[in-house]
Amino acid sequence: MKEFYKKIASNSVGFLLAAVATLIAYILVQIHITAHHKLFPHIILIPIIFILAFVQMWIQLFFFLHIAQKSSRWNLVFFIMTFAGVLTIVVASIWIMYHLNYNMTPMQINQYIQDQSGL
Amino acid sequence: MKENKNQKTILGFWIYIMTDLTMFAGLFAAFAVLRTNTFGGVAARNIIDLPFVLIETFLLLLSSFTCGIAVLFAEWKRIKSMMVFLGFTFLLGGGFLAMECSEFVHLFAQGNTPQRSAFLSSYFSLVGTHGLHIFVGLFWLSILFVYLLRRGITESMMRKMTLFGIFWHFLDIVWIFIFTFVYLMGVL
Repeated sequence: MKEFYKKIASNSVGFLLAAVATLIAYILVQIHITAHHKLFPHIILIPIIFILAFVQMWIQLFFFLHIAQKSSRWNLVFFIMTFAGVLTIVVASIWIMYHLNYNMTPMQINQYIQDQSGL
Repeated sequence: MKENKNQKTILGFWIYIMTDLTMFAGLFAAFAVLRTNTFGGVAARNIIDLPFVLIETFLLLLSSFTCGIAVLFAEWKRIKSMMVFLGFTFLLGGGFLAMECSEFVHLFAQGNTPQRSAFLSSYFSLVGTHGLHIFVGLFWLSILFVYLLRRGITESMMRKMTLFGIFWHFLDIVWIFIFTFVYLMGVL
């Protein structure tokens, strides 16, 4: 009985923290665009909303998926391994393609050649 | 022994979830790379209605919460309360899916189909794949409902509920990243 209420409370805390993280990210972006994109530099705002997303991911893993329990130790190991893979795929793609894309999109290349040769 | 078997099943399902996560990683990478390639069509900032998406996010977050509560009620053998909370989960998930469908229909009506640009292709494949998972989850939940009504909370039903809970929470985690990466970044 007591155990049950404790679990309900833990779930509710998880929900509240997740809701707060979502709202903070949303409000930051919303006031930024209402202020015509002049309030925060993007180099600061984008990391902040990503950190909030990562924080919320851990909140949900901890409170909803009970990742910290002893019985789910292997789940945590698999998750961390997969997450390293996911980060590699996404970050490396962005990193590589940012440069490739910039140099190799045909329209941009054509524009570049035109600009350079004054055609 | 029984406990041991349950844990193995859960770990096996967890590994499936991890492979699913890897698939989403591919879709996220494709979107990250193609998000600026609009081919003269609409960009993310032209099609995103942020308050609408916030409501969608909260519907999904709430349904994740009610799903967790339903599993707790099941552990406590309170079948009626459990059914009520599973019902909430279904309705909130259904509401989310309906909002997403209306968003897609709206885009299609304006001629913003996946064929229009690389941005729209990657947008529809990322958000659409998540929506498809939600649809499968709702289908799974309705089957679970029928089984629970017929069999009550047995050992094997408990295991099935736990697996569904994992699936549903996982979809919420994927959605946080879609919310941040596609929608919040999109309007910046």
